[in-house]
Amino acid sequence: MLEITDLHASVDDKAILKGLNLQIRPGEVHAIMGPNGSGKSTLSHVLAGRPGYEVRGSIQFNKRNLLDLVPEERAWAGLFLAFQYPVEIPGVSNANFMRSALNQVRCQRGLPVLEASDFLKLIREKAALVQLDPSFLSRPVNMGFSGGEKKRNEIFQMAMLDPKLAILDETDSGLDIDALRIVAEGVTKLRREDNSFLVITHYQRLLDHLKPDIVHVLIDGKIMRTGDYTLALELEEKGYDWLKAETV
Amino acid sequence: MSEDPTVPLPEMNDNSEEDVLLNRWAEQDYEFGFVSNIDQEIVPKGLNEEVIRWISARKEEPLWLLDWRLKAYRHWLNMTTPQWAHLEIPAIDFQNISYYAAPKAATKLNSLDELDPEIKSTYDKLGIPLEEQLILAGVAVDAVLDSVSVVTTYKEKLAEKGIIFCSFSEAVREHPELVKNHLGKVVPYTDNYYAALNSAVFSDGSFVYIPKGVRCPMELSTYFRINAAGTGQFERTLIVADDEAYVSYLEGCTAPKRDENQLHAAVVELVALNRSEIRYATVQNWYPGDANGIGGIYNFVTKRGLCQGISSKISWTQVETGSAITWKYPSVVLQGDCSTGEFYSVALAARAQQADTGTKMIHIGKDTTSRIVSKGISAGRGQNAYRGLVKVRESATNVRNYSQCDSLLMGDRCGAHTYPYFEINSPDAQVEHEATTSKIEEDLLYYCQQRGLSTEEAIALIVNGYAKEVLDKLPMEFAVEARKLLAISLEGSVG
Repeated sequence: MLEITDLHASVDDKAILKGLNLQIRPGEVHAIMGPNGSGKSTLSHVLAGRPGYEVRGSIQFNKRNLLDLVPEERAWAGLFLAFQYPVEIPGVSNANFMRSALNQVRCQRGLPVLEASDFLKLIREKAALVQLDPSFLSRPVNMGFSGGEKKRNEIFQMAMLDPKLAILDETDSGLDIDALRIVAEGVTKLRREDNSFLVITHYQRLLDHLKPDIVHVLIDGKIMRTGDYTLALELEEKGYDWLKAETV
Repeated sequence: MSEDPTVPLPEMNDNSEEDVLLNRWAEQDYEFGFVSNIDQEIVPKGLNEEVIRWISARKEEPLWLLDWRLKAYRHWLNMTTPQWAHLEIPAIDFQNISYYAAPKAATKLNSLDELDPEIKSTYDKLGIPLEEQLILAGVAVDAVLDSVSVVTTYKEKLAEKGIIFCSFSEAVREHPELVKNHLGKVVPYTDNYYAALNSAVFSDGSFVYIPKGVRCPMELSTYFRINAAGTGQFERTLIVADDEAYVSYLEGCTAPKRDENQLHAAVVELVALNRSEIRYATVQNWYPGDANGIGGIYNFVTKRGLCQGISSKISWTQVETGSAITWKYPSVVLQGDCSTGEFYSVALAARAQQADTGTKMIHIGKDTTSRIVSKGISAGRGQNAYRGLVKVRESATNVRNYSQCDSLLMGDRCGAHTYPYFEINSPDAQVEHEATTSKIEEDLLYYCQQRGLSTEEAIALIVNGYAKEVLDKLPMEFAVEARKLLAISLEGSVG
C-alpha cells in the first residue's frame, strides 16, 4: 500500500527527515513513536502534501508516486490525515463540509453522488461511531469544539471519507480516558483487510486499545528501531534515551 | 496589505503558487457579458434642459414632475462630484452619455406573449423567470432594460389585495398623488451629486405601495439590465408601506461586457409607516471590468429608507459582486419611536474593482435600534472600504446600535479599509462596534484540500461560510444565486 524509500524533508534548509524508510501493507496498523522534534508530524504532513517542505526520496502509494500529487489528489487516492490541530471553518456546517468533500471524493473515485437521504443516513451512522452528538453536524466545523470533540470530529470525517490509509497524528493527545476509548473503538471498527493505519503517538495508552501490528521508533528523522507491539511496552518502561544512546 | 497607490505594482514574480491561484480567480470572466440585438430608441448624447424636457415629454409626464426635474438639474449644475470616498474615479464626461435608451416597442404590452422575443431571451439568459410558474415560487418581477420598465408580472394578482407594483412611469400616470407625496422626501434632489443627477434624468424604475394591514403575499422583484452602449442607467425606485404593511423586495442587476465605463446612478427611497416592515435585498452583478480595470459599471447609488412610523422596520441586505466602482450607502432614518434599521452587506472587490460602501443609521426617535453587519472580501487588486455612520440625535433616548465589520483578504495585492463614524449626542445610547480583518490562511486551505476539496471549492466554501450571516438574510432562491455568484466571481477562467 505505502512504500517510503530514503525520504528526506527540510524546512528553510533545516533537515527534519533524514532518509526514512517505511512499508505498510493492506490491513496493517503501524505505530510511530518518538521523542518531541523527531519528525513525526513532519512525516504526516509530507505524506498529506502540505506546502512548505523541501522533499527528496520516493513515496509510492498504491502504485502511484505520491509526491507528484497535490493534497486533494492524495485524498482522492485514499489518503486521510487526522490533524493534530484541526482548523476551524466559520460559517460552514460540519454536514455541509462533509457533503462537499464526500461528493468530490466519490466523484473522483467513480462513485455516484449520494442522494440527500442516503447522505443523512450515512452521517448519522458515522457520527454515532465516535459518539458525536448529531447537533455537532449542524455546527460550523470545529468552531467552539473542545479539544476532545475536535479529535472525535477528525475520526468522524475519516469514517465518512473511507480512506485506504489513515494517518492519525497524535489523535490521542488532549483526550481524557473515556474519549480515548471512544476514538480507539471507532478506529477499531473501521479496520478492514484492505485499509491501513499509521498512528503517530507519544503514549502507550492508545496502542493498548489499537494493538498495532508494527511499532517504529523515529529519532532524529530516521526509523531507529522496528518491532512488534512489545516494543511499545519497552519504550513505556525505559523511555527513548537508551535508543538515542545507541544512535550516538 | 494595502498597496500604496503611488508605487507601481510589481509583477507576480516571487509569489507563492497559492497567490497565483488567488490572483487568477480574481480575474475570472464575467458570465453575463452578452449584448442583446434589440431595436433601440436612444436620445443623442449630452445633458441640457432640452434633453430633460424631451425625456419628460416622451414619458407624458405632468408639469410638476418636469419642474422638479429641472430644479434638480439646475441644482446639480452647481454641485461637484464627491471626493471623500476611498476610490479613484476617473473624470466622467457627463456630456458623453446618452440619458435615455429604450427598446422600440410601438405599443404598450398587455401580456408576456407580446414581449419582444429578443428581450425575453435576454431575461431568459439571465435566468430571470418571467413565466407564469413563477407564481409558485412566489416572486413577482418588474424588469427594467436600460431606461424603461419592460414588463411587470402578476400585477393583477397583487391588485386584488390593493398592492400597487408597477413601473415608475406608470405610477406617475396612474397614481400621481402617491408619487407626488413621497418622491424626493427621503432622498431630496439636493442630497448629493448623483442623486441630483438622477432626479433630473431618471427614466424609469419601480413603484410599490402596500396598503394598510396588507402583507404582500409574494417577493417583489426587479431586474435591471444595461444593454445599450454609451448610455447611463438612472432608475428610481419608491416603496411605500402603509400602517401594518409588510413587503420583501429583491433587486438584481447585470450588464454586457464593454470596454467603456458606464454610469449607473440610481435612487431608491423607502417609506415605512406605523408598525410596517420593508425588507430590501440587492444582488448586484454589474459588469466589473476586466483584470486591468478596463470597462465596467460605475455604480453610484443613493438608497435610503425612512422609518417614519412608530415600531416600523427597514432592513437592507446587499450582495455586491459586480461593478468597476461601487459607491453606495443604503441608510435608515429612524424617525418613529421604537423603529428598527438593519444593514447586512457582502461586498466583493476582485480584479481591479473598487468598492466604498456601508450605511448610515440616523437615530431620531426614542427606543430605536439599529444593526450593521458588513462583510468585505478583497481579492486580486481589489480595494474594499466599509464606511458607516451611526448618528444619535439628542432627542433619541434609549438607542441601541450594534455594528460588526469584517474584512477578508485573499492574496497580497488587495486592500481592505474600515471607516466607522459615530456622532452620539444622547448620553444613554448603547453603541457597540466590532471589526476584524482576516486572511484565508494556508492551513485552512490545506485542511480542506486534505479532505478532497480543490482549492477553488475550498475558497468558495470558506467565502460562503464567512458571508453566511448576511446570505442567510436573503430569501432562499436569492441566497442560492448569491452563493453561486460569490463563487463564480472568485473563480479563474484560466487553467
